[in-house]
Amino acid sequence: MSAILPPAERLWWKHPIDRVEGTWIALAFIWCMIMFFMMVLWHVYGEQNLSTETYKTTPDAFMGKTQAMVDQYTVRTETDMEIPVVAPPAGSDVYLISRLWSFWPILELEKGKTYRLHLTSLDYNHGFSLQPANINVQVVPGYEHVLTVTPNQSGELAIVCNEYCGLGHHTMVSRLYVR
Amino acid sequence: MANATTYRICPRSGLQFEAQAEKLILANAVAAVVFLLIGGVLAIGVVLTRWPAVHWLEAATFYQVLTAHGLDMLIYWIIFFEIAVLYFCASTLLRCRIATPRIAWLAFALMVIGAVVNNIAVYQGASSVMMTSYVPMMAAPSFYLGLILFAVGALIGCFVFLGTLVIAKRDKTYQGSVPLVTFGAIVACIIAVFTIVSGAIILIPTYLMSIGVVKHVDPLIYRMIWWAFGHSSQQINVAAHISIWYLVAAVVFGARPMSERVSRGAFLLYILFLQLASAHHLLADPGVSTEWKVVNTSYFMYFAVLASMIHGLTVPGAMEVAQRQKGYTKGLFEWLRKAPWGNPVFSGVFISIVGFGFLGGISGVMMGTEQLNLIIHNTIYVPGHFHATVVVGTTLTFMALTYYLIPTLFRREMIAPGLAKWQPYLFGFSMYFFCLVMMGAGTLGVSRRHWDMAFSGSAMAYEWPGAAYMMMGLVGIGGIVAIVGGAIYIYITVGSLLWGKRLEAGATSQKVTPIPPTAPSAAAQTYGSMGFVAPGSFVLAIVFLVAFVLYYFINWKYLSTLWGMS
Ligand code: HEM
Ligand SMILES: [Cu+2]
Ligand SMILES: [Cu+2]
Repeated sequence: MSAILPPAERLWWKHPIDRVEGTWIALAFIWCMIMFFMMVLWHVYGEQNLSTETYKTTPDAFMGKTQAMVDQYTVRTETDMEIPVVAPPAGSDVYLISRLWSFWPILELEKGKTYRLHLTSLDYNHGFSLQPANINVQVVPGYEHVLTVTPNQSGELAIVCNEYCGLGHHTMVSRLYVR
Repeated sequence: MANATTYRICPRSGLQFEAQAEKLILANAVAAVVFLLIGGVLAIGVVLTRWPAVHWLEAATFYQVLTAHGLDMLIYWIIFFEIAVLYFCASTLLRCRIATPRIAWLAFALMVIGAVVNNIAVYQGASSVMMTSYVPMMAAPSFYLGLILFAVGALIGCFVFLGTLVIAKRDKTYQGSVPLVTFGAIVACIIAVFTIVSGAIILIPTYLMSIGVVKHVDPLIYRMIWWAFGHSSQQINVAAHISIWYLVAAVVFGARPMSERVSRGAFLLYILFLQLASAHHLLADPGVSTEWKVVNTSYFMYFAVLASMIHGLTVPGAMEVAQRQKGYTKGLFEWLRKAPWGNPVFSGVFISIVGFGFLGGISGVMMGTEQLNLIIHNTIYVPGHFHATVVVGTTLTFMALTYYLIPTLFRREMIAPGLAKWQPYLFGFSMYFFCLVMMGAGTLGVSRRHWDMAFSGSAMAYEWPGAAYMMMGLVGIGGIVAIVGGAIYIYITVGSLLWGKRLEAGATSQKVTPIPPTAPSAAAQTYGSMGFVAPGSFVLAIVFLVAFVLYYFINWKYLSTLWGMS
């Protein structure tokens, strides 16, 4: 019953290693290195890397920028809430507000074009879960996160809040169009 | 105080229990089981609500119940049990009295009070903030106060454990190094101290914010430090349950580690890199740099993963070597076929090892990969993963250990041994299934902590694919079966304590009987001098590695189909 008894060899760090263990450690180590460098390589060769561009912001400042975008590029409104659908030009900065319990406004992007998507929350943490594209990003109040995105599919997508944000969390869902 | 206590040697196991330590272990274990019971009852509500066809509770009740389920299971059940394990690994395995039993009781009282206060806060309704309680969402002050009291109690418990080690050393109750299992417990304890301090750093200001003394706690810093607490505490669980795997290998098979150096070295790797773990939870967050994410999420190049992969080989390897010495040498797997599958102590641990590695381990590394995190962050994949680690891994291991403790520590004959024989299979396999289908639904994007995947009433409802609904239905079915499995465990444990036949305590004495020096073993003397001692375990490990590599790259393939992002 030796695992629950003191080792016979007092200097356990001199205990020799068995060949089974040596071989496995070598294999596992190689695999760990592959996994590590995979992340690094994907930054060089991969197309899906989450941007880390971040600014501190306030609800007023962010609201102001979003409002300016809405005033300029609204193409129509949707639902009884008359949520503006905004189609900003390719390459531009687009803003999406998360707040209890809605996203605002609705964005309309063009397939294959690149946008700078600014995310923040005006109150609690929220989640930006774009479905069915399945891109999931945390939205943290006080921080403006700028993602560079290039839609590769067209159609009507959904944005679901997937960070618990209080009792109305499950009602927080919106749309995003890609033309 | 040193001589006010007595020691008894258990006739069934040969373990020596000190009277005070015995009571403390029992009290902490019982408290743990009570919280498992509460958490299990709450799980009924959670799972029957997430089963779309049933959708049982109201939204507010669901969030409240889910908050309590997370806390009672992940914090109270597990940590009470861990304190019991720590005391066992120090006082019982080193055969010494427990340090400062009064303070240990104080620690226990604080933990109980804290857990109760925190639970009450949740049931009162204004604290449905989930266990993570991300600021600026606020719970009632007593929510944080309860958590802080509990943490202080647990911290004191850690120091009692460390003090007990000092007593054993001073009284020379053992010679040489501590046993491997105790070594693992020390690792768990060191991680626990770090963890609890992180918890204090973030929960105290948040408590002050809830009573209006502090104006602002930064939401991002909160997430970073909260997870230094929340994730590192999972490292405690891993260290604790792996120690128990070695313990069970020792008591069931008489197994000893193939190499003390390898097993202990692997434990040490957990300590070296543990403070990095909070990155796992910030991979989809703003404000942290890529370099920071890559280095931290991999625990500096995956050395903690390496450690777990090593234990994954050496635990079954130790069993295999012991079995082969008993003559089960035919082929690769006779040792495994002839293992005591009817003994829940063994079967529980073995099902736990396999599930923890294949389901919990592989999924955890996948989702902890910086870019891959984008496809699962905050989806129900995440609870799928951690039910494989913390339920199949930690909880099932603790259940198996309980079956060993009932006759030895509790001195009761187990009621319903026939039921106990089946319990690990029922609970373990239904949990495997539950985790798999949760991960399936998560891969399709379904959100975690979400009351209504149908978004009924929303003007812009999103319709999840039919497969997602089917998976969530299967989550419901698997979950209910697992709850039945959990209930059987509680029935057996509590029933044995209450109605089990009393077993004789064994000889009691006023004096410690120290551990006799271990006879030098026939261990390998140089690298490879024993040959290739555990080929069966090695083959299992290779199967694991192949599954791991395949699953890992499948997810990169999936990632490559996403929108371009940079
Ligand atoms: C026995 C059967 C169990 C079932 C059926 C069950 C079911 C569930 C489900 C369905 C969720 C996810 C809900 C959601 O995110 O919408 C959940 C969350 C959770 N469960 Fe369990 N669970 C069980 C046991 C356990 C155990 C034993 C533990 C811990 C040791 C545990 C810890 C947790 C935690 C920490 C959460 C996350 C809570 C949160 O998101 O804040 N569960 N459980
Ligand atoms: Cu939200
Ligand atoms: Cu939400």
